[in-house]
Amino acid sequence: MGLRTVLTADDVRRALTRIAHEIVERNQGVHGLAVVGLQRGGVWMARELAALLSAIDPQHEVPLGSLDVSFHRDDVGLRPIVPASVTDIAGSLDGRIIVLVDDVLFTGRTVRAALEALNEYGRPSAVQLAVLVDRGHRELPIRPDFVGKNLPTSREELVVATAEGVTIQ
Amino acid sequence: MKHLLAIDDLSADDIHRLLELTDHMVEISSRPIPKVPALRGKNVVSLFFEDSTRTRTSFDTAAKRLSADTMNFAVSSSSVSKGESLRDTIETIAAMGVDAFVVRHRSSGAPEMITRWTNASIINAGDGWHQHPTQALLDCYTIRTGLNRRDGFDGLHIAIVGDIRHSRVARSDVQAFAALGARVTLVAPPTLLPPSLEGWPVEVSHDLDALLPDLDVLYLLRVQRERMDDALLPSLHEYSSLYGLTDARAARLAPHALVMHPGPMNRGVEMVADPGELPGSVILNQVTNGVAVRMAVLFWLLGSGGDLSEAS
Repeated sequence: MGLRTVLTADDVRRALTRIAHEIVERNQGVHGLAVVGLQRGGVWMARELAALLSAIDPQHEVPLGSLDVSFHRDDVGLRPIVPASVTDIAGSLDGRIIVLVDDVLFTGRTVRAALEALNEYGRPSAVQLAVLVDRGHRELPIRPDFVGKNLPTSREELVVATAEGVTIQ
Repeated sequence: MKHLLAIDDLSADDIHRLLELTDHMVEISSRPIPKVPALRGKNVVSLFFEDSTRTRTSFDTAAKRLSADTMNFAVSSSSVSKGESLRDTIETIAAMGVDAFVVRHRSSGAPEMITRWTNASIINAGDGWHQHPTQALLDCYTIRTGLNRRDGFDGLHIAIVGDIRHSRVARSDVQAFAALGARVTLVAPPTLLPPSLEGWPVEVSHDLDALLPDLDVLYLLRVQRERMDDALLPSLHEYSSLYGLTDARAARLAPHALVMHPGPMNRGVEMVADPGELPGSVILNQVTNGVAVRMAVLFWLLGSGGDLSEAS
């Protein structure tokens, strides 16, 4: 099986810009928002989104964090813990609107673990989910609020999403 | 890896992995709710045949932060005082369903012996004069963060001062520090050194004062008062005047040097200065890091399938 490019770097940039505007529209601004990327694939995307949001509304800085959900997974032990992917969340999340960011939404199990992990940092007033690619095959009742691209895949395919583009192998 | 019995069971790579995993555990411990579900349903039993408050509490806290169930087994209130053998004790408790035993025993080798009688993981929490591996790991983590040496201890000079002969902490520390690349000097009166240092990757000195300015880490061991009875020391006062950390000696340490102690401290013997006033003292950091390191060890043995290899 070869490598198939689904989104180019330009497509990714446009998708993220659109998502940023959708986030602002939904929340009527960026006040009270915080962007949290899931280790490791969501971290770059969260950084881009936070920068885009700050550019749309320069009055408010949008806090950026990252979350490692390894210890909250329901398949702990099946996946190795990646060094240097430690959670970085400054301060309490009480009352904030959290935009949870991941590159690819698949079974939904990572997001479930993330929702549980977030609870330990406080009680957000809302959690919204932004993903670059929704590839289907959900195993839990989880749906994204903001999607870059819906991508029908087979379970066996590997989807790689970076700022340089999205490919299926 | 199924058990943690001694530092020399670990490669330098293993030690690095455990210290990296400890970074995650430090972050968990700093959360408003410092608890993750990673070891839910696992049963960790502490078996302490020798007194210890800090190590037992530290393991207990570590297991609870990972949501494991914990059970404490105090020897004085158990059937051991009725004459039950170690093997019967282990087999009885193991039959209740145990995933890991944390064992402290006055006899060297007891934890290794126990591995033959149960399928549970065994963590050595100190056996005789032999080993205390989690202490060495938390010491490494404290140096790694205190001196910002994530990649290893190459070029660091560490002196371990005190009763090396009877110290399982020293034996584990020497192996761990050397594995990470440090230069280790043992400082003690000849009576408190092991009879043979063959195979130890160390230098030996009897003159602490000459070493002080060159050290990156000064590691003090507890001098047990019982040693006086064995006639290994003429007097505590003499020990203190030659090897105790006084204000004058502390002033001759390099500004960046760390002062460490595994506890409990004998104030006025090995620790004459007030440790709270020493700028380089990381003795309380050692205690804090102890919980995180023990979380890493428990997770490594029980939660990761014994495999910490990097994801591709």
